[in-house]
Amino acid sequence: MVMRKYDLNLPVPVSTINPYLRTMQWMFHIGRYMQLLAASFRRPEKWRVFKDLFILELESIGIQSVGIVALLSLFMGAVICLQTAHQIGGWIPVYTVGFTVRQTMILEFSPTLIPVILAGKVGSNIASQIGTMRVTEQIDALEIMGVNSATYLVLPKILAGVIIVPFLVVLSMVLGIGAGAWIGVATGVSALADFEYGMQVDFKVFDVIYALTKTVVFGFILTSVSAYHGYHASGGALEVGRSSTKAVVWSVVIIMISNLILTQMLLN
Amino acid sequence: MIELHNISKSFGSHDVLNDVQATFERGKVNFVIGRSGSGKSVLTKCTVGLIEPDQGFVTYDGRDFTALSGKERKVIRQEIGMLFQGSALFDSMTVEENVRFPLRMFSDFSEEQIRRRSAECLERVELSDAGVRFPAECSGGMQKRVGIARAIAMNPKYLFCDEPNSGLDPQTAIVIDQLIMEITREYDMTTVVISHDMNSVMEASDTIHFVHEGSILWKGTRQSLLAGGNRELEDFVFASNLMRQIRSSGQL
Repeated sequence: MVMRKYDLNLPVPVSTINPYLRTMQWMFHIGRYMQLLAASFRRPEKWRVFKDLFILELESIGIQSVGIVALLSLFMGAVICLQTAHQIGGWIPVYTVGFTVRQTMILEFSPTLIPVILAGKVGSNIASQIGTMRVTEQIDALEIMGVNSATYLVLPKILAGVIIVPFLVVLSMVLGIGAGAWIGVATGVSALADFEYGMQVDFKVFDVIYALTKTVVFGFILTSVSAYHGYHASGGALEVGRSSTKAVVWSVVIIMISNLILTQMLLN
Repeated sequence: MIELHNISKSFGSHDVLNDVQATFERGKVNFVIGRSGSGKSVLTKCTVGLIEPDQGFVTYDGRDFTALSGKERKVIRQEIGMLFQGSALFDSMTVEENVRFPLRMFSDFSEEQIRRRSAECLERVELSDAGVRFPAECSGGMQKRVGIARAIAMNPKYLFCDEPNSGLDPQTAIVIDQLIMEITREYDMTTVVISHDMNSVMEASDTIHFVHEGSILWKGTRQSLLAGGNRELEDFVFASNLMRQIRSSGQL
């Protein structure tokens, strides 16, 4: 028997409370996830078709998420401003409000929370789209035609995620800080000049680089993990729903773990 | 011609296929029949490479498909058309885009040539005016015909049809059967039809393979089917009153 290099139709081990088998099950999923990535990062059959798919994904993951990203960022920036103002007083200078809003948005809120939100919005969409294609044999149809279904379906989503999520995060940073400044001035907790001064105090370009580095990794995680769960869905509508839920949960868990590791690596 | 040599496949401890040997002839509609769960679909998936057999190999006109690398398999796969049980049309694309898809992916045709070829295929299945519809807007019979149009777009040498009549009314089922017969002759293809619909078998088959518990128990034609062969075959074929009456009258 000739084994194919990437056999993506391996059986899933049965879930169990036995810690050994549980560990083996995790190892199995990690291995199969790696196989899917290896199968995805291949030369597309037709660059013209790939380009069209990539643009569609940029629109689906990026443009269609601008609204929710903007809404969340505006409110996050405004709330951080009010909370910071509430906590300072006396000998703590007012410009701390601007400083805190900037640091919080750049270091954590935008680069981490926005990908988490996108894992819910985009990740579930990716998993259910690919999962439905799996259970209705559309992926089999691609394979029969000779199309590498992983490259065709997964690669454009991963590349689009890696490229567009950092733009969304930069947008979030700008809007969040802007909303913080506006609410600070509007409610009288900080003068615009104080806020501007706080925004510029001890600004390190590396903080933005750190944030965008995290974002690229999170964009990769949320698209690839979601695609993995959809790609290996089986059964019917119920399983597609489950794969969609798993996609969101695991994307968030892996984003959080990666956040800790990357922060330790890049900031210390 | 497609030949299966000693194909075996197990899932865990469950043996689905046992040492299957079969030959599907060119220019003929080769039926694989059997009860639900007998291993027909797994046999098809092993034949087209969607599932790797544990043992044995498959040849397409002498080319050992099982031994080929992924890249080499692609060449043969582009010669294969497949009609799926649920049609498996891409639901984000219109009917016309579905038919154009393999041409866009694998041919060097210009957009104009692709448009013309897809129009030809849709005309062949009498769906010239349905090009702008989405699969969800088509009836089951129309979806099957779009599936056939997509399958023949690349002028395939081999056509696989998995339960082509499932969920269709008898009249539409006959239209699909006749279409499969006609295009098999037109394109001189090796056609393999997986079915448990005896009407379809009597309507369209040139050769018949009966699968039972993962093995091919009987091979023959629809004429020889009436004579029976073994108990499992007779239980399956003559389960309906209609088939029993056909046998007693001795006429197809």
